[in-house]
Amino acid sequence: MHEMSIALAVVGQVEDAARSHGHTAVESVALRVGELAGVVPDALRFCFELACENTLLAGATLLTQQVPGRASCAPCGSDWDTGLPPQLCCPCCGGAAGGLLSGRELEIAEVRWADAGAATACQEV
Amino acid sequence: MCRAADLQTAVLAKNDEGARDLRARMAARGTALVNLMSSPGSGKTALLEAELGLARERGLAVAALTADLATENDARRLARSGVPVRQVLTDGLCHLETDMLGRHLDGWPEQDVRLLFVENVGNLVCPASYDLGESLRVVLASVTEGEDKPLKYPTAFGLAHLVVVTKNDIAEAVEFDREAFLGHVRQVNPGVEVVFTSARSGEGAGLLLDRALAVADGAAPHRPVMATATVALVEDGHAHAHAFGLGHGHPHAHAHPHPHDPADAHDGAHDGAPAAAR
Repeated sequence: MHEMSIALAVVGQVEDAARSHGHTAVESVALRVGELAGVVPDALRFCFELACENTLLAGATLLTQQVPGRASCAPCGSDWDTGLPPQLCCPCCGGAAGGLLSGRELEIAEVRWADAGAATACQEV
Repeated sequence: MCRAADLQTAVLAKNDEGARDLRARMAARGTALVNLMSSPGSGKTALLEAELGLARERGLAVAALTADLATENDARRLARSGVPVRQVLTDGLCHLETDMLGRHLDGWPEQDVRLLFVENVGNLVCPASYDLGESLRVVLASVTEGEDKPLKYPTAFGLAHLVVVTKNDIAEAVEFDREAFLGHVRQVNPGVEVVFTSARSGEGAGLLLDRALAVADGAAPHRPVMATATVALVEDGHAHAHAFGLGHGHPHAHAHPHPHDPADAHDGAHDGAPAAAR
């Protein structure tokens, strides 16, 4: 189970961003998790709570947005839901998909700070 | 008020950055790193033992680093080949990460090698998510594990540059359905080469070494669909593709309004989009 390593990586990234901008508390972290990212959102939520303990993320909520796997085939002009296990051959011509349109995301989409006052200016993160 | 920050940050960005640095560090030493992954007991160590022995016979400079949760048994076995071998104990961690690996490569091996084999922790789930700066990612499956292994572990098989079937000498005895296995590999990673080996009979001996050397000499490894991002089809009917590293990335969300040569594909790791605040 590598979800703990991933949860710790999320906490580390958010801590870095908080430090750069003087934030001291986090309300929520939104993650985009692709269907083909090899990560189990439930396991990640469990680990996230533990990983947040004794950090400025303590008490923060983890929101996960699932992103479906989509693949495309340029010669056929087609795209399709890959499903899981993924079907990465084109349903029209049977050839290899040209690539994925989505599904491998494992990204922090948004962080909501719990301490933001009126004085906080928008900054480049 | 700035309550929310749109970070657009890949969670494993630090690992991926470390992997890029390690790949560059290895390239500067003329070394290609080969990442070997499989379930526990599928024969990574036996295969590697044979390949290291062959490399030594051929006078090829290689080294191997083997990762396990505990025991130095594998390092002892591999060391019999006479090439430099190092054991990494992960103390319970189920996979190798780049910084962990990088620490073990400070000043080791003492002599520069052409190929450095990294035997990952026996596990087909977690190691698949971590780019270790390898030039060649190899996934092994033994004939005893069932033909549907590639479907059960699509991330591992889907991101492989090479699939090695092991213990093929007993394929018949365990009624291994070769065609079904190949079909399942094709579903998750069309175009990837599958080679059949047996450390016991010697079938396929040297194939891993040959494929690794080809990549070390500059041949482009197979590009898995799962490691290739495309944007939605543009008006002239073709998709624009580029590789995004072995780790996690995301395709560009914007369509390219200008025409591209269909062969125009960017290689190299894909960086996460720059972070922005609002």
